[in-house]
Amino acid sequence: MTGLILRRLGIGLITVLAVSVIIFFGTQILPGDAAEIRMGQQATTENIAALRERLGLDKSYVEQYLHWLGNFVRGDLGISLSSDVPITNLIGDRYKNTLFVSMLTALIGVPISLALGIMAAMFPGSLYDRILTFISVTLVAAPEFFTATLLVLLFVFALGIGNAVVVGSTDGKGFFELIAHFALPIATLSFVIASQLIRMSRAAVLNVMSSPYIEMAILKGVPRKRIIFRHALLNAIGPIVNVVALNLAYLVTGVIVVEVYFGYSGLATLIVQGVQTRDFVLIQGLGMIFCLTYVILMLIADIAAYASNPRLRHPK
Amino acid sequence: MSSTFDTPVGAHPDRLGGDHYVAPFDDNVSFDELPDAPPKARFRLTTTGKIGAFFVIFWLFVAVFGPLIAPYGENDLPFPDAYSEFQVPQPGAWLGTDVQDRDILSRIIYGAGRTIGISVAATVIAYFIGVVLGIGAAVSSPKVDMVMSRINDAFLSLPTIMLGLVVVAAVGSSIPVLILTAGFIYASIVFRLARAIGMEIMVMDFVEAAKARGEGRWWIITREIWPNAAMPLITDFGLRLIYVILFVSSLSFLGLGVQPPQADWGSMVRDNLGALQYGASIVPVIAPALAIATLTVGINLVVDDVSAQSGGKLSNRL
Repeated sequence: MTGLILRRLGIGLITVLAVSVIIFFGTQILPGDAAEIRMGQQATTENIAALRERLGLDKSYVEQYLHWLGNFVRGDLGISLSSDVPITNLIGDRYKNTLFVSMLTALIGVPISLALGIMAAMFPGSLYDRILTFISVTLVAAPEFFTATLLVLLFVFALGIGNAVVVGSTDGKGFFELIAHFALPIATLSFVIASQLIRMSRAAVLNVMSSPYIEMAILKGVPRKRIIFRHALLNAIGPIVNVVALNLAYLVTGVIVVEVYFGYSGLATLIVQGVQTRDFVLIQGLGMIFCLTYVILMLIADIAAYASNPRLRHPK
Repeated sequence: MSSTFDTPVGAHPDRLGGDHYVAPFDDNVSFDELPDAPPKARFRLTTTGKIGAFFVIFWLFVAVFGPLIAPYGENDLPFPDAYSEFQVPQPGAWLGTDVQDRDILSRIIYGAGRTIGISVAATVIAYFIGVVLGIGAAVSSPKVDMVMSRINDAFLSLPTIMLGLVVVAAVGSSIPVLILTAGFIYASIVFRLARAIGMEIMVMDFVEAAKARGEGRWWIITREIWPNAAMPLITDFGLRLIYVILFVSSLSFLGLGVQPPQADWGSMVRDNLGALQYGASIVPVIAPALAIATLTVGINLVVDDVSAQSGGKLSNRL
């Protein structure tokens, strides 16, 4: 088991390196380098050459890559091309908003959707199950901004609560004030991950429910509740953790759309700005942060799958 | 090695005997008893499936004949003489006007062709690359397979939207770039699926039998694997199309997809967000968002129906 986890961590590390190669060289295909972009139109050849030397752009691509990766590991993300400010300064407090919204989505959205999904698995084929399945099939295919628009219509226009834009400072706000502040983005993301989670957790429990030992328990006359909570759920925990991690990884995409939709500043809006201004130093740094989060969550999903299923630990 | 050239057109070479052993056909065997029953020859859509099919056909019709039925051109102003930003629906502009006074209905109709065209083209590219390489990996030697799978895994471990952002940042956004980017990104997912299905079939008895008969690799791919892999892959095509539509729309929503002044559903939502924020009107935002949602949900309902009736819900397997 430990060996397998170490092996999986090793693969994770290689993946991170591969990802860094894709991100670094993917953004280098652009004609013109950082020096030319920073100096602008009026730059002389000598100026550009001097800046190129200072930024280390005269070295080979491999050296540049290693230099960039080394700095990234030490927490130095480089200097923004469009605003000449260190990227860590640009990030400033922005990461707090992104982190807060994602964490709260996980804290609120995950337990509720799991409970709903497991309830649906308890009464398969019931009216409750069918309605829930229909809603999740519908929402899973709808774009995030559709869900967000529905929520804005319901809360802002019909009920008159909240605002279609998230504005104002978050400074000095307490925990519950912050929840109220970000209520709509959190609700949107919760709906987005709920649609997947309900389907998948229901499938995971039903999958266990169809195994012979559950049939045995039913024949023994064990009460339904006890079968679900004592027999089925314990064996479904692994797949469910796997599903949760996969869906949290999906939040990386959702959070970008939601930040732009509600117009508050976070890491996602920063990277979109970076793409619009072709600030590829910024894209490299932030892209790595997003991809690292994603890879780590995928890693947790895999380890959960290993931990829960002995058969995966001994592949044929 | 057998040749199909000397058999009559339209006849299945297996049925003719030739150099193959043909098992006597037994009418009493019911394939429905097998755990993976083949899809029934004719299936009926359920009510939800019919609703889905209605929306899909509706949008396909709009996408193809859009320019003929649109009341205005995509950048025409229905009320050129008035200050008419975010007009509410009224005669002359049945869905009102957008942030730049343009007719929303016409832009949605033009956007249908663009959104659906880009997504379908990208999905076809993804399928072509993914299926060819995936089935190729499944029948190749384990070493080749491992190298291909590892490279593929690296791409799969990136969030799709991040790959999209990196490409758009590097080469800028245009419709061909969007199609190719989405095509390549989703090819890696199709590759994984096609390879998994191919691997599953490769260990089946009938493939072993074909190998034992001395069939070549091409025969095995076209006669043994493809007929069995086609159905799950076609079902997945619908599912993948949904994700591609959502991906392209999300990029457009972020302002990094289809560029103005061309109309596209994702960018329409973004352009008109102000209408919602200032409380002017809800139609400019809800109309394009609803267009995407009805299309993707419609496809999803049809795919769900088809996969439920072709043995095992594919969406659950992935």
